[in-house]
Amino acid sequence: MAGEAKLDPMRQFEVHPIVPLHVGGYDISLTNSALWMLLALGVVVVFIALGMKRELVPGRWQMAVEELTGMIEKMAGTTIGPEGKKFEPLLFSLFTFILAANFLGILPFAVVPGLHPFASTSHFSITGVLAVLSFSIVLIVGFSKHGFHFFSLFLPPGVPWYMQAFLFPIELVSFLVRPFSLGLRLFVAILAGHVLMDVFGSFIVDGLNGGPLGIGVGVISFLFVIFIGVLEILVCLIQAYVFTLLTAVYLNDAVNLH
Amino acid sequence: MDLASAQVIGAGLAAIGVGAAAIGVGNVWGPFLESAVRNPAASDSQFTRVLIGFALAELLGLIALVVAIIILYAPPHH
Repeated sequence: MAGEAKLDPMRQFEVHPIVPLHVGGYDISLTNSALWMLLALGVVVVFIALGMKRELVPGRWQMAVEELTGMIEKMAGTTIGPEGKKFEPLLFSLFTFILAANFLGILPFAVVPGLHPFASTSHFSITGVLAVLSFSIVLIVGFSKHGFHFFSLFLPPGVPWYMQAFLFPIELVSFLVRPFSLGLRLFVAILAGHVLMDVFGSFIVDGLNGGPLGIGVGVISFLFVIFIGVLEILVCLIQAYVFTLLTAVYLNDAVNLH
Repeated sequence: MDLASAQVIGAGLAAIGVGAAAIGVGNVWGPFLESAVRNPAASDSQFTRVLIGFALAELLGLIALVVAIIILYAPPHH
């Protein structure tokens, strides 16, 4: 049998520079991760620009963009309240960028041999920065609006003082874990989905290369990969929505303390 | 027992945690579906909370997966 391909699901996540650029000892090359993030930005800009014809009776594309902005407005309105209007651009940017980056990662480029899409959100460096961004905005909003009264967020209301003193460090720790959990959730969901697709994809190849039993395994794996692909689309949507929704919930905590 | 075998056993044990998270996620969606079938009008207003609950339960399963990955690829005392 010809040399068996080694199962290596982690190779699709390798970051390598495309345009090497070094400034003063710092490596700021344009990597494939940066390229795919720019592509996500391009997708978002094109999607919105094509829907900005401002017709009174909207066409289909404009309707789609209006639905998207309407969803973000509803999210900001129900979670944060009337103060949520000024956070809608932030929530919209987070949602559309994460959604576009996730979707670009599962595009079926691999039908062209040697080509594969790259999910920029499958690296903790990217999702961690997004989470730190949203968390620092929460902190800045909270402290600028309430000053040191912000710490009353960690004292649950309607609880006797000795329980409050006991709960304060617990609430503080669970608050400080928030950016970590926000970034980790998105990162691991996308990473796990891509690893799963890669593993079952390699089952297809190895199965079809084997004997008659292998062909059965290959066909079953093929059907399974189709199912996993649909599941991955759902995961991309849910993870983008949950990231934005949790940012809105944390902003609500900062803006309306209780 | 050498490190490589212990790594593989440890990763397998960590995957049990992922199964436990599956029970947690089912605990979020199951009662929601049950009560949504009984009272569809009230279910739409709570759907957002269901997604939040799902994401929080799923996170713990993903943390178990991260533990497995750390054990396999970056174990302490490397």
